[in-house]
Amino acid sequence: MAEIRNYTINFGPQHPSAHGVLRLVLELDGEVVERADPHIGLLHRGTEKLAETRTWVQSVPYMDRLDYVSMMCNEHAYCMAIEKLLGVEVPLRAQYIRVMFDEITRILNHLLNIGTHALDIGAMTMVLYTFREREDLMDAYEAVSGARMHAAYYRPGGVYRDLPDQMPQYEVSKWKGADAVRKLNENRQGSLLDFLDDFCSRFPRYVDEYETLLTDNRIWKQRTVDIGIVTPEQALAWGFTGAMLRGSGIEWDLRKKQPYEVYDRVDFDIPVGVNGDCYDRYLVRIEEMRQSNRIVKQCIDWLRANPGPVITSNHKVAPPKRESMKSNMEELIHHFKLFTEGMHVPEGEVYAAVEHPKGEFGVYAVSDGANKPYRLKLRAPGFAHLSAMDDMARGHMIADVVAIIGTMDVVFGEIDR
Amino acid sequence: MSAKLEKLSSLLTEIFGDKVISLVVDRGEVTLEVAAADYLAVAQTLRDHADLRFEQLIDLSGVDYATYGDGSREGLRFAVAVHLLSVSHNWRLRLKAFAAEDQFPVLDSVFPVWPSANWFEREAFDLYGIMFSGHPDLRRILTDYGFVGHPFRKDFPISGYVEMRYDPEAGRVVYQPVSIEPRENTPRIVREEKYGDVGHG
Repeated sequence: MAEIRNYTINFGPQHPSAHGVLRLVLELDGEVVERADPHIGLLHRGTEKLAETRTWVQSVPYMDRLDYVSMMCNEHAYCMAIEKLLGVEVPLRAQYIRVMFDEITRILNHLLNIGTHALDIGAMTMVLYTFREREDLMDAYEAVSGARMHAAYYRPGGVYRDLPDQMPQYEVSKWKGADAVRKLNENRQGSLLDFLDDFCSRFPRYVDEYETLLTDNRIWKQRTVDIGIVTPEQALAWGFTGAMLRGSGIEWDLRKKQPYEVYDRVDFDIPVGVNGDCYDRYLVRIEEMRQSNRIVKQCIDWLRANPGPVITSNHKVAPPKRESMKSNMEELIHHFKLFTEGMHVPEGEVYAAVEHPKGEFGVYAVSDGANKPYRLKLRAPGFAHLSAMDDMARGHMIADVVAIIGTMDVVFGEIDR
Repeated sequence: MSAKLEKLSSLLTEIFGDKVISLVVDRGEVTLEVAAADYLAVAQTLRDHADLRFEQLIDLSGVDYATYGDGSREGLRFAVAVHLLSVSHNWRLRLKAFAAEDQFPVLDSVFPVWPSANWFEREAFDLYGIMFSGHPDLRRILTDYGFVGHPFRKDFPISGYVEMRYDPEAGRVVYQPVSIEPRENTPRIVREEKYGDVGHG
């Protein structure tokens, strides 16, 4: 009789549904996964070590590049850690702007996740729909920071500048004629807030569209229902956070339980799953997008009514205004010191966490009083999620591994750091 | 200090007694430091004690204190900082333990208590060379296959020791000593308190 041996294959790092550079070594018995061993680190850049050699502010752009689909949330945790160390108050308007952009980022992230997850397991069209809306939100990023993705907009003490009164316009080119441009610019005539307001009123209809494509779709349900079930006990033991934890039925959301910024002033609900399978986590994410849309709407209304400063007036932390720097000796010195030596952060250690779209994104910062961090540890939610890959995939078919990777919402920028 | 933190810190003093090396409440966070020998037992109690119930290990990170501050620091070099979260009581705790030896730092693995420690400990081993006894699978995780050294130690240069390139003659990827030198644009400075305030110096 022929000897029967388990078969070992490499899933990735070039597999299209490995979401980046995951190398997954799968040991198979026929089509059933016996063991899954993720090899990570192919995108390791040593962000934490690099941060030790740069001043506090110089590391803000590195944060965008961690989880490169939810850029501003990473910056948020980092800025919160510095503010906690310094004991600096953030102006209320800046807090609202941060909350608004955190929620825009959450929508951006979930759109990408649901689109690519569906694409991975056979629903081609989804990704085209979700990327259409991502385009509008990325325009909002661009309007506020000048960059579509790597914004570097949040700064210790507030945000870099106030919201713009104008939206960038499309221009006539050899690809877009005058009529097409007029149509594209229709909702860009007012300020950024007008543009977002228009988006918020359109967005619930878009989510309905996604749901008609997926929620009752037979193939989608066959691929996700009862796949990758995580019990509440397992979810806690494996360090799951965010939608992965809520999908298993645990009501835990930092925005509600340990509110930061102005989350205690806005009204929203937390969706929770029942069965803890891939389908429930999909439903949680869909509902989170609707709730985020609600929060954005409330922030727009508040921001319209309440002008004010958007960054702290403490010039040892945030640079002074350009005009005052040019006319005032004191401010000139502040400016010079900030941009040569950087700010000094008092000795101590803090851990600041935000409810990132993927889970709890935390920054553990140790300062010894210098102008650079002594140690910066970034707690990436995806790292803990992926470490449970072996337990989640064991006993499933090889095709379900793709569904599990998709539901984990892995992004290698944050996992490998 | 809020009532909640006060309650947690008094609970910790009560439960752990003389196992506590230091218990600091700073900037709204509680830090409990214990000796390496007590580390695993304390972790077990933190999870199982009905008044504490830290069900989740959120983060575990190594720290190398070799060049801390102006260099006058005495004491052990390698520490592990564990961030714990209790979902039922809604509080957080930082548990710290220093490895007893600088040359060969060893700590107990908390993997039996919190399975999520698995990869975090592998990472601390990879980057800092801290050994975790009792860990089921202590391999490198983030660095390259066959990497030598522990890159996040303070005596490891930021540009590393080797660089990699494709050699067209050999027809494969080769390693060679680094050709760049570390460059520091902004020097690291520790200033005295209240530096730059009006009326100061």
